[in-house]
Amino acid sequence: MQTTFARLLLKHAAERPQVAAMREKEYGIWQALTWADLATMVEHLACGLHEAGLKRGDHMVVVGANRPRLYATMLAVQALGAVPIPLYQDAAALECVFPVNNAEVKFAFAEDQEQVDKLLEIRPQCPQLSNIYFDDPRGLRKYDEPGLASLDALLDSGKAFATKHTGFFKAEVEKAQASDVAAMFFTSGTTGNPKGVVHTHNSMLNAAESGATFDKLTNQEEVLAYLPPAWVGQNIFSYSQWLACGYVVNCPESAATTTIDLKEVGPTYYFAPPRVFEGLLTSVMIRMEDAGAFKRKMFSYFMDVAKKVGPAKTDGTSVGLSDSLKYAVGNWMVYGPLRNNLGMSRVRVAYTAGEAIGPDLFTFYRSIGINLKQLYGSTETAVFVCQQPDNQAWADTVGIPSNGVEIKVADNGEVLVKSPGLFKEYYKNKAATDEVLTEGGWYHTSDAGFLDAHGHLKIIDRVKDVGRIKGGAFDGAMFAPKYVENKLKFFQHIKEVVAYGDGREKVCVMINVDFDAVGNWAERRNLSYAGYTDLAQKPEVYQLIKECVEKVNVDLSSDTMLAGSQVSRFLILHKELDADDGELTRTNKVRRGFIADKYSALVDGLYAGKTEQFIETVVKFEDGRSGSVSATLKLSDATIYAPVKAAA
Amino acid sequence: MATKKIGDVILDVKNISLAFGGVKALSDISFDVREHEVRAIIGPNGAGKSSMLNCINGVYTPQQGSITFKGQTFSHMDSHQVATMGIARTFQNLALFKGMSVIDNIMSGRNLRIKSNILMQALRIGPAEREEVRHREFVEHIIDFLEIQAYRKTPVGQLPYGLQKRVDLGRALAMEPQVLLLDEPMAGMNLEEKQDMCRFVLDINDEYGTTVVLIEHDMGVVMDISDRVVVLDYGKKIGDGTPDEVRNNPEVISAYLGTSH
Repeated sequence: MQTTFARLLLKHAAERPQVAAMREKEYGIWQALTWADLATMVEHLACGLHEAGLKRGDHMVVVGANRPRLYATMLAVQALGAVPIPLYQDAAALECVFPVNNAEVKFAFAEDQEQVDKLLEIRPQCPQLSNIYFDDPRGLRKYDEPGLASLDALLDSGKAFATKHTGFFKAEVEKAQASDVAAMFFTSGTTGNPKGVVHTHNSMLNAAESGATFDKLTNQEEVLAYLPPAWVGQNIFSYSQWLACGYVVNCPESAATTTIDLKEVGPTYYFAPPRVFEGLLTSVMIRMEDAGAFKRKMFSYFMDVAKKVGPAKTDGTSVGLSDSLKYAVGNWMVYGPLRNNLGMSRVRVAYTAGEAIGPDLFTFYRSIGINLKQLYGSTETAVFVCQQPDNQAWADTVGIPSNGVEIKVADNGEVLVKSPGLFKEYYKNKAATDEVLTEGGWYHTSDAGFLDAHGHLKIIDRVKDVGRIKGGAFDGAMFAPKYVENKLKFFQHIKEVVAYGDGREKVCVMINVDFDAVGNWAERRNLSYAGYTDLAQKPEVYQLIKECVEKVNVDLSSDTMLAGSQVSRFLILHKELDADDGELTRTNKVRRGFIADKYSALVDGLYAGKTEQFIETVVKFEDGRSGSVSATLKLSDATIYAPVKAAA
Repeated sequence: MATKKIGDVILDVKNISLAFGGVKALSDISFDVREHEVRAIIGPNGAGKSSMLNCINGVYTPQQGSITFKGQTFSHMDSHQVATMGIARTFQNLALFKGMSVIDNIMSGRNLRIKSNILMQALRIGPAEREEVRHREFVEHIIDFLEIQAYRKTPVGQLPYGLQKRVDLGRALAMEPQVLLLDEPMAGMNLEEKQDMCRFVLDINDEYGTTVVLIEHDMGVVMDISDRVVVLDYGKKIGDGTPDEVRNNPEVISAYLGTSH
């Protein structure tokens, strides 16, 4: 796609000026912003920013939730040939220092007081940060900081400038080339400083277009923008593809209303990480358990029908007449209302990615007629590397290469990618760029995987994490921690798992139970508890989790490659792993090494065969204060099964 | 930092005494409230704080004393009149319609401002409908302000206590009051809820210039957000002044701050 973001905006504004580009729910009503109005807003913002001194090639930070004015600001920055850097809105102030200094950011857009406070807090460390614009003036009335101004004021000054210099905006837009840098995303980074992933207009829009062609997206799609704008996927689904296709992006009223807004909007194109799908399913199941006996029976009967024939129905393959009839009745009585309740009645294409999704979970959605598929990609590839075609959606693969993408598997099992959506470089980090971008334009994903018989890619784990068991019955066996963790996480009672085993004789895991699910489970058994820590240490909960662990062991024992990864010991952590404590990345992935250091006493205890271990940890609250939690944890054994020989 | 403009005296309470049979709830209490300020009334349990609010609000009729509001002096206040004159309040024990949604509860605060009669409303005759839309819009601004969008249609009885307190505040705000009386707005809340509520009180005071009179138990809260504080003990006024003055007043220390409760 030889164009730029700003040109696409002007194209839509010229072709369909009165059609809604974005909607935002405010004051209880979905308020539409047309392409023409959006273009005017962007022009005024761009003029204002130009007047304030934003230059071609400069960087501007945008931090906040999904709001039309946030996206308009990104467009205005790009129109001037500058580069927007979206940052995670829930990041702590200190986490913003590195990106701001690394990219010499002088300008920032902040959604509200919370974000302004954060930027002002880091200002002493980032003295070049001169201009901060805020969208929502609430609570900021009394702030008297140099360079802090409202977006409204910026729009006003930009409007004045635009009336004086009528051709300015168009000329600026024309100056930009498709090969210019368009945006920069800081990867959360499990180790060291984050890296700024530099994308051009070309790479973002090519990826967006290739994804859109794959799923035949049109300008009639409805999308709900609810994930953090700093995440590349959100940018693709609600920004790049939005401009490439010209569909409508809907911004929820607040983070708390997302599920309500989802039902109201009824998106046709939907993305959610597995944990969102899991959360939705858990809430449905919990509510079903509270329903009357008749409804429960009906639900379980028709869900059995759906399990049997649903996926085939969704794939469009024919099933027998009686099953078809049963499914039709079920659709009328259960699946349809359920889809409606989930806000997915109109979903044509739904994707999940980022983590492995449990087979039961995946099949559940497909069986009730939601076209849920998986894709594979990363920040560096502007999302699309592999996608599942409509009738080839399986839980354990991530699909076939997207349009224009080439894939090969290196000798060490690493997946290599060549794609039109590939990033340009890591900002000011040539060493890191050279490490992953090698001759011939191959990008090293650092994921280990292989192509299966259908030509679908299967991902096992990160290359560097795949280890070996040393000593004991399974000496030399492959150990894939993520694979084990995911198998455990597929149980609704388990939320997070950290597995250790590389270079050791056996595999041990630390587990976070799902507070909602296990709490509910406990209540049903009249098991009282005082909070997470108390609940987690109940012997009954240990028994429950032990059963899950042993089921996984049975499963693993049937896989000759991974039989050695069976879990021999486990414990349930006394606190929930949290990104604020550095235990998870901002995208909720466990930081295994960090956790091993922080809880070394527990890991040692597991391997030393102890049955109890005392631990005290510091926790950080959202407002920055800290406290401590301590507990004596039980360490428990699990049964290991002999590897099952594959039947001849 | 821009400073808040505190205006003239808007509410002046003079020599109020109130007794229930032999129990003297308030004796000879006087204090004033200036426009745009946050005025706190503190005191130990049973000091007469809520009784004081109830006198201003017209729920109780004091045996002695007068109350001057916006230049008019009354020997006793009439609840309805108080509301029309621009004084709204929230309640210590909440007095919400539990079965009604958040929107309807807050809408009930607009009651005094609705001009169309019951028949027009029932038949949704033109002006009545337009009026309702206008009021609903106002209510939506309050919902946005108090960040309770996610509970708009939830029956109030199903909400946690902290949120019910917020709805109670929302209903008082719906009256567009000049003076807002808050009866223990942070009682029974956890730290985070208290911080939120403090922010709302300060924002109301700041953005709408609403004068706030609040009763509060939590000393930290009172000292942080009030401009001036009145201290009551056993129905008598024992201190009056800025938080610092009150904090250093020996009588107050012995009556309240010095004793654990």
